[in-house]
Amino acid sequence: MTDSNNSHEAQGKKLKSQVKQSQQQYDQQEYQTIVKKHAPKKPLLKNCASAFFVGGIITAIAQVFFNLFSNAGLLERDANTVVVILMIFSGAFLTGIGVYDRIVKFGGAGAIVPITGFANSIVAPAMEFKREGFIFGVASKMFSIAGPVLVYGFITSIIVGLVAFTFM
Amino acid sequence: MSQLKKIGERTLKFSIPPVILDARSIVGPKEGEGPLGDTFDRVIDDMYFGEDSWEKAERKLIEEVIKMMLEKNNLAPKDVDFLFSGDLLNQTITSNFAASTLGIPYLGLYGACSTMLEGLVLASMVIDGGFAAKVTAATSSHYCTAERQFRFPTEQGVQKPMTSQRTVTGAAAFLLGNEGKGPHITHATVGKVIDGGIKDAANLGAAMAPAAVDTIVTHLQDTGRSVKDYDLIVTGDLGYVGHSISLDLASEKGFNISGVFNDCGILIYNPDQDTHSGGSGCACSGVVVAGHLLDTLRKGKYKRILVVGTGALLSSTSIQQGETIPGIGHGLVIEAADPQ
Repeated sequence: MTDSNNSHEAQGKKLKSQVKQSQQQYDQQEYQTIVKKHAPKKPLLKNCASAFFVGGIITAIAQVFFNLFSNAGLLERDANTVVVILMIFSGAFLTGIGVYDRIVKFGGAGAIVPITGFANSIVAPAMEFKREGFIFGVASKMFSIAGPVLVYGFITSIIVGLVAFTFM
Repeated sequence: MSQLKKIGERTLKFSIPPVILDARSIVGPKEGEGPLGDTFDRVIDDMYFGEDSWEKAERKLIEEVIKMMLEKNNLAPKDVDFLFSGDLLNQTITSNFAASTLGIPYLGLYGACSTMLEGLVLASMVIDGGFAAKVTAATSSHYCTAERQFRFPTEQGVQKPMTSQRTVTGAAAFLLGNEGKGPHITHATVGKVIDGGIKDAANLGAAMAPAAVDTIVTHLQDTGRSVKDYDLIVTGDLGYVGHSISLDLASEKGFNISGVFNDCGILIYNPDQDTHSGGSGCACSGVVVAGHLLDTLRKGKYKRILVVGTGALLSSTSIQQGETIPGIGHGLVIEAADPQ
């Protein structure tokens, strides 16, 4: 009994080492360097320039709205709110007609970081998952990308709030 | 006991090479605009294909391509012994639905983007084994269904890295028979799963390249052939990045394949179509072989080609949990019909 157990164990060990060998048959570290060599370079300078350009345009448009509303007599606080609402609407609208993803493709972070990009990240999954129904599709998938932004945004605001409350 | 038809480590040599009686393809608009646009049987101009979801559109693609092929050959579904088919969607649901519509005895497959070649290898084995006279192998993929399952919603603004590839929208079907005229399948080399340790789901070419090269090299060793014996060695969907890595890996192993080496993911789109590293997806190798490559064999431009269907074995869960992406490559030798 003990003998057969032992030989089973030995066999198991042998098998294990064989499996390990076959897993390592490919030198993964060496391969990473080969892959790196062949990876096409990111057009970093071009990406930065277009992000700067697109982000600048989006915020400039918001500024134009802000000036219009303030000149029309809205309080600064109210004008701010109206501009944010307008920008969210534009982001959602441009997503709906299939334009916003093309703006991001060109502008990268310049179009993702402004609030129009946030609108895009909510409307895009909502549109996409309509076929799965309004509860498990639209409503549940809506925050699949924006959700983490909200969670960590809330956490950060709580921390900042606590710091401000304690030291100021 | 009959003699084994396996030669070397894992190459099958068919004693009665199965004949490719017919092969048909349907593709989406972007593929239709590509350099191989004329070689496809049908180009659809609407990603929904008249349906109300992309998933239904993909299902219609594979159903239509099989129906079209059967009609052109005056066959009914009952005349086909088996259907080997698979796709990228969870639990290969597209193929399952198509098989339920067609009613052909069905074996569902998942080999990621290597599914077309996996199906052809198995179909050839079934025919050469004497289990069937006519077998269909088919596959489909759809840009929007794949994006939705593996990546982001299609309208989500994302800047894709240069290593990423575009999933081909389309479906391909092959009809293999134990007799008849046409290009025939002489050998198959079954792939091994090889893990190069790649974790980047936006660089699948790099994930699949080691497996593709492993299959090519093993095939040449098993058959005792050299690169010169082939007019073309073509991989399924390595794209530009995977293609150039493969050239390096092969020459490291002492095989200079640069003169005859190409990739369906490179062939299917023009470089100015903004698909980054090229095409991918089950349909990529399917529609290129069914259209362009079989055409060149029929016209006599090529006499013998080695097609290696490549697949990146990932799931959305494995990627999120930070696992590596192993790859696989199945090889198939297709020869032009004898001139007689």
